[in-house]
Amino acid sequence: MIRVEFLGPIQKPSLELDIQNLSELAAVLQQDDEMSEWLTNCAVAVNDTLVSSLEVPLKDGDKVSLLPPVCGG
Amino acid sequence: MLSLYDGALDVPVILKNWYEEEATNNYGAYIPFVGTVRSEDGIDGLSFDIYEPILNSWFSSWQEKAKAKGAVIKMAHSRGDVMLHESSYIASVFSPKRRVALEFIDEFVEDFKASAPIWKYDLLNGKRVYALDRSTAIKGSGILGEKK
Repeated sequence: MIRVEFLGPIQKPSLELDIQNLSELAAVLQQDDEMSEWLTNCAVAVNDTLVSSLEVPLKDGDKVSLLPPVCGG
Repeated sequence: MLSLYDGALDVPVILKNWYEEEATNNYGAYIPFVGTVRSEDGIDGLSFDIYEPILNSWFSSWQEKAKAKGAVIKMAHSRGDVMLHESSYIASVFSPKRRVALEFIDEFVEDFKASAPIWKYDLLNGKRVYALDRSTAIKGSGILGEKK
């Protein structure tokens, strides 16, 4: 299973999904109307490393995090 | 050095401690930047969420860049609520010569604003309101919104 975490202001509990890659995650989340705006502006990390492509394979136990726009300071 | 605190930063103490830590290490320049919460748009203060695993790796990469120039970076940031006229952020660079420190503090703070996984909320009438319009999407954002 893959754990999906929504960070910062995204008020959504974590998900446990049986998926093989980020493209499958995109397809799942695109079905969720509450997520539509976040999907266009969130960065994605796999096991706490930012990724820039959906062509990232996932394996059992991986963690995917969604990071919305940031503003520290 | 990266330090996170619950609530406002004790600025005089942090700056003094950093100064004393490096005072005899032969750095010619110590340039601190202190970010303080201003009164604007009726806010009572700001509040912050931090995702530490990625913040730590982001900071480590900057510490390596600093080291390559013979410099050291120190940063402190608040978690949770910080009220008006209190401070939530300090970044400092120590370097042998001033030019490196002046340039580095500018580059570091700009990338901090664009990349550090910290989320800011306005405190307005007891509510915590995400400051989306002042926030920046991290480089590479939006891939999950791509349609096949």
